[in-house]
Amino acid sequence: MKDEKPTATRMKKLWLLSLLTWMCALYFVGIYMFVGGFLLVRLEVSRTSTCGDVLQPGEEPVDFCRAQPRFRKVVLLIIDALKIDFARFDPNNTEPRPYENKLPVLEETVTSRPSHSRLYPFRADPPTTTMQRIKGFTTGSLPTFVDVGNNFASSAILEDNLIHQFGQVGKRVVFMGDDTWENLFPKKFHRSLPFPSFNVKDLHTVDNGILQHLYTTIVGDDWDVLVAHFLGVDHCGHRFGPDHPAMADKLAQMDGVIRSVIDRLQNDTLLVVMGDHGMTDTGDHGGESQKETDAAIFLYSPSPLFPGPPSKSEPHVVPQTDLVPTLALLLGVPIPYSSVGQVLLPLFPPHRQTGGAVGGFSQLEALWINAKQVNRFLETYSSMAKDIPPESLSQLKGEFSRLSAEYLAMVREGHTSSPKLAASLQAYLSSVRDTCRATWAQFNPLKMAAGLALVAFACLTCFILSELSLVLMSENGPGLKAPLVVAFAVGVCAAAGQLLIQGYIEVAWCLAAAALSSELLFLWRAHQSRTTVSAKNGSKAPKFVTLLSPHHLLVPSLLVPLLRCASLLSDSYVIAEGRVVTFLVFSLALCIPIHLNWDGLLLPPSHDPLKPAGLLPAAALSPSTVRKESSTLLACLGLLIGSLYLSLCFHGCREEQGSCHPSPFLSPLSRLQDAQLKNLHYILSVCSLGLWTYLLKRCLRHYGNLNSSGGTVFTACFILPLLSVCLGLHWAVSATPEDSFRNLAELISLAQLALPRTAFFLLGLGLFLIWLDPLTVFIKTRTATTARSSSLPPPRYRASTGISPQAELHHLIPQIYQRMRRSLDDGELSGGTELGSKPAVEAYGLGTVYSAPLLLFCGLLGIGLLLLHPEGMALSFLLLLFEMGALLHIHASSTTLSSLRGTNSSGFIVPWTPVVLWSLAATQFFHATGHLPTFPSIQWGAAFVGFPDGHTGTMLPASLVTLNTFASHILFAVGCPLLLFWPLVCEVRGIRGGKACGEEGDAVMEMRLRENPHQFSSALLQLSTRYLFILGVQVFASVCAAAILRRHLMVWKVFAPKLMFEASGFLVSSVSLLIGVTLVMRVDVAVSRWFKRLIPDASR
Amino acid sequence: MWDHEIRAMASTHCILAASVFMATVLPAVLVPGFSVYGTHLLWIYCVSGTVVAVSVAVFWLLGITPPTKKHTVGYKLSRLFRSCLYFLLSCIFFHTVVVLYGAPLIDSALETFSFAVLLTSLTTLRCLCVLGPNVQAWIRVFSRHGAMSVWDTCLQITVACTLVGAWIGAFPLPLDWDRPWQVWPVSCSLGAMIGFLTGLVAAPAWIHYHRKQLTYKCK
Repeated sequence: MKDEKPTATRMKKLWLLSLLTWMCALYFVGIYMFVGGFLLVRLEVSRTSTCGDVLQPGEEPVDFCRAQPRFRKVVLLIIDALKIDFARFDPNNTEPRPYENKLPVLEETVTSRPSHSRLYPFRADPPTTTMQRIKGFTTGSLPTFVDVGNNFASSAILEDNLIHQFGQVGKRVVFMGDDTWENLFPKKFHRSLPFPSFNVKDLHTVDNGILQHLYTTIVGDDWDVLVAHFLGVDHCGHRFGPDHPAMADKLAQMDGVIRSVIDRLQNDTLLVVMGDHGMTDTGDHGGESQKETDAAIFLYSPSPLFPGPPSKSEPHVVPQTDLVPTLALLLGVPIPYSSVGQVLLPLFPPHRQTGGAVGGFSQLEALWINAKQVNRFLETYSSMAKDIPPESLSQLKGEFSRLSAEYLAMVREGHTSSPKLAASLQAYLSSVRDTCRATWAQFNPLKMAAGLALVAFACLTCFILSELSLVLMSENGPGLKAPLVVAFAVGVCAAAGQLLIQGYIEVAWCLAAAALSSELLFLWRAHQSRTTVSAKNGSKAPKFVTLLSPHHLLVPSLLVPLLRCASLLSDSYVIAEGRVVTFLVFSLALCIPIHLNWDGLLLPPSHDPLKPAGLLPAAALSPSTVRKESSTLLACLGLLIGSLYLSLCFHGCREEQGSCHPSPFLSPLSRLQDAQLKNLHYILSVCSLGLWTYLLKRCLRHYGNLNSSGGTVFTACFILPLLSVCLGLHWAVSATPEDSFRNLAELISLAQLALPRTAFFLLGLGLFLIWLDPLTVFIKTRTATTARSSSLPPPRYRASTGISPQAELHHLIPQIYQRMRRSLDDGELSGGTELGSKPAVEAYGLGTVYSAPLLLFCGLLGIGLLLLHPEGMALSFLLLLFEMGALLHIHASSTTLSSLRGTNSSGFIVPWTPVVLWSLAATQFFHATGHLPTFPSIQWGAAFVGFPDGHTGTMLPASLVTLNTFASHILFAVGCPLLLFWPLVCEVRGIRGGKACGEEGDAVMEMRLRENPHQFSSALLQLSTRYLFILGVQVFASVCAAAILRRHLMVWKVFAPKLMFEASGFLVSSVSLLIGVTLVMRVDVAVSRWFKRLIPDASR
Repeated sequence: MWDHEIRAMASTHCILAASVFMATVLPAVLVPGFSVYGTHLLWIYCVSGTVVAVSVAVFWLLGITPPTKKHTVGYKLSRLFRSCLYFLLSCIFFHTVVVLYGAPLIDSALETFSFAVLLTSLTTLRCLCVLGPNVQAWIRVFSRHGAMSVWDTCLQITVACTLVGAWIGAFPLPLDWDRPWQVWPVSCSLGAMIGFLTGLVAAPAWIHYHRKQLTYKCK
């Protein structure tokens, strides 16, 4: 009987942890599923083609860059969003819409000079956004949203591309227009005239800028390749839509431009007029509908380009990737390495010309070179990544080797053309492209829908878990074993089914099936046990259905998360997210005192003489306590609002926010020029770091946790200050200008390496020590019964606290061990011996035994994360600490005040409001530490803290950057259990204790949790699941945004990055939450051991 | 049960709403170039001034203002002075709150302050009229059992509606629609105004439908 209780509680711990892990896993599966269908990932191949590549048949390698190309120059006019409908001309159309029949030049040229020009529909691949399209028609590959290359930091194209190849053979590339090109190809142009592309409302700046220079450049002679990218049509579409007179004007202007360019062309020049994508009827693009993908391409040259007028065998639609190999071979440069396009056959003569200036490849030669290059790319890619299905890969390889044998045999025999072989080469190239497209460039709507459903279901399960936590933690609650077994079985079944039907296994679907089945089974069993419990206890079952009624949705604590989720569906709100979240936190925080006042709890009833007695239940708190609590609450609210307001100073800026200046604290000290300002910043940072450390120690000392001599206390007393000193020195060293202190250069570089590494080491040591020995309890015998405790001499203990004995006595919490023992031993001991006497031992710091290690853990972690940030962020981290403390105190005070009503006394339930505030504060400080949910704003510098020379692997830098990015998520998630402890820590002496036990109401604080292990674990479960629910709902909202708005103009700029950040933030938060909960469990184990050790001692 | 008061309230609110309407329409006719968006500050002051004048007049005529204990001129003057002081303090208070909510600190301080004046004349002034310059009474009114007359309940509803309206008015500010009413503080003051007008309608209606449940223990 005696041993059963501890084992029972330990079982509950494992059960709680596994339940939480299972819950997180459910979310992960849903997110994984959705992201698998939504985000298309492709590996970038970093190899480049060279002139020496052996692509032609024959014995000796031919350097075809030397050979005379068919065209010496090319003019590439890109008219953004030039839809094919804009380019067509219909003479029978008498009442053209504003966008119809406005480019007559194309049709006129095609009819008057059929062998010089062609107009084709030009089909882009999704995503149809300008940046991805420029990447597509210069590299010839199918860029996805996430191209995993080795350049995370810059947007420059590192893959082999046309511009690079032109540069390699010495062609002078002149660029003018959309400044996206300048970012994609930095320093690749001979001359470049970029114009700002960001302002969608500006129809003319870019176009007029180009027109100022275009004609003079064409007439001049210092260029070989001229790229001009017009944005007016696209911007007109975004602003007015295609069906607007402004579009007519814009297209007419383009008509004039094309005419003038055609007039100025020389004989050896090729003109390509093309759109990079189309637009929908509302002028948007980004998605995959035919209106968005079908642009126009117009080819023209003053010298004959085609063998004759258009024939029936010509392609109806030209895929965008085909431009790359065609241009490359026409201009005599190697086809870029990763291109998967096929040459545009009508542009090549069917038979090889004999010599002559207009030499070039015959159709078959061009196709052969192209096929060989594509095959080479396919081999390289498939050796790097495994996302192309193996059976189609082997089929393609077999096809190529057959064709190559056929071709080589034909060349040996001396034939020059074979329509059959050409057709099969074309078929091969098309099938390669289709395979790649299926892998890289299509949303998978089924997976997206399944992922959406899974996340939604996980949210629902999480909510039900949080509502049913009391039932779940009871003895006869449903187990997790059966759902897990079923999940495993269903997963294996799904895998086997897939293997049978498709021949290969897709892990995502198996996981989805497993997750869904385990969820369903668990919910069913939870429902059953709920009904049995409610049958036992009468009608006390939690009614979670009523919470979803419209009346409850208007409660501020649910309205605010609802608004937050709704805000994720609009790009403007996502762009202004930092302010939106601050606004919401502020509103919700204001609701707390207003709500308390509405219930008449904020002011003591006797305070108001007009108030009749008897309206409220008899007050358990004296008016002075109420006044004290309310003033604490209001003061903390002031602190909270102050830190909220100040935190706005630390925001970064998105590129979409026009008139925004990033916070001056975001740039590292070493970049500041002004020495005085630098010193000021440094002093501010060091002060806030010192204050952070001091406040932590002060808080621990206040509750008497620094008296014992365990690992945690050692950490708090020595490692924490040492860590701060390390960090301060590190800032000083890294801020020194490079050229000063020349003779100390070596020392400085050594310090730059050693200091952060020491800090990492200290941090690891501190966290490990906390884990190893989390107890911060100091025992002092009052009547000197135990020998062990009296061996600690009082002077040492007094010295270690360093505060006056009186204050010490006031703060240190004496514990009554008989009471504890009675509750532990279930009255088994014969209680007669010491029952009436004074308590035998006092334990200092036992009242905060759970929260102290957690607090210290958070504090240490905070300093460690600060190490990865720019120095100025120390202020923001201090604000974070203030806000955390303010939130905790507000929560504690409002709990105390609400306990007046007497309704809240059941268990340790943390209401929704503080949980919502806590999770919103995590997002708020994500922004207030200078982060933004965009890829360019990731602080890559974090990867080089302590590793100034870079890394060899990718694991370490990636985790450092993750820690930096999600610092606030980590801190708030780890500290989440504090919400449960803080009302107990701050509990007013004598309210609860006075009622609960007959003895002289000593504050029992967190020992109350220990007395009710069942309520403790259920409250912890409820808190964690509520936190997970709030986070999960936000993830769900951003998943919805990405799914619904996948054709939105801003999807790749706003929603997809937001989804990635939200999902990764959720991942990091849930792991941190698990760490926090595990730490609490660890403390609980230590406390049980400690009691076990103490009780035999005391009873001896 | 409270028929008389409800009727008085409804007519008062009608007068108030009509005065707001006139304060918008009359200057538009008389002053050239006046518009709610274009000359927004003028509109705010126009409406605020009218609401202040009309409320003071109506509430004074109706005699809802709490009876003064003393009738000396000095005491009345000091009450008047305190009311003015509270009005000013309330403007500053609202200004601070609005700035803390994220309004620009320096750039458009005049706009923010005008908005604070509007909020004050829609909310605080009513408190002053109904409860007198007594902050404790104000705090007491905004609790579940704090209302002591129909007018207190009415005060609760209109003030809450105005503030919620102003709060909701901030929502369209970040949107990129480029409408003239998305400029600070136009949407917020319009929201507050609409909230106020809603409150004027809602208060008598709500009280009318709940007149059976309403019990005021002390008066």
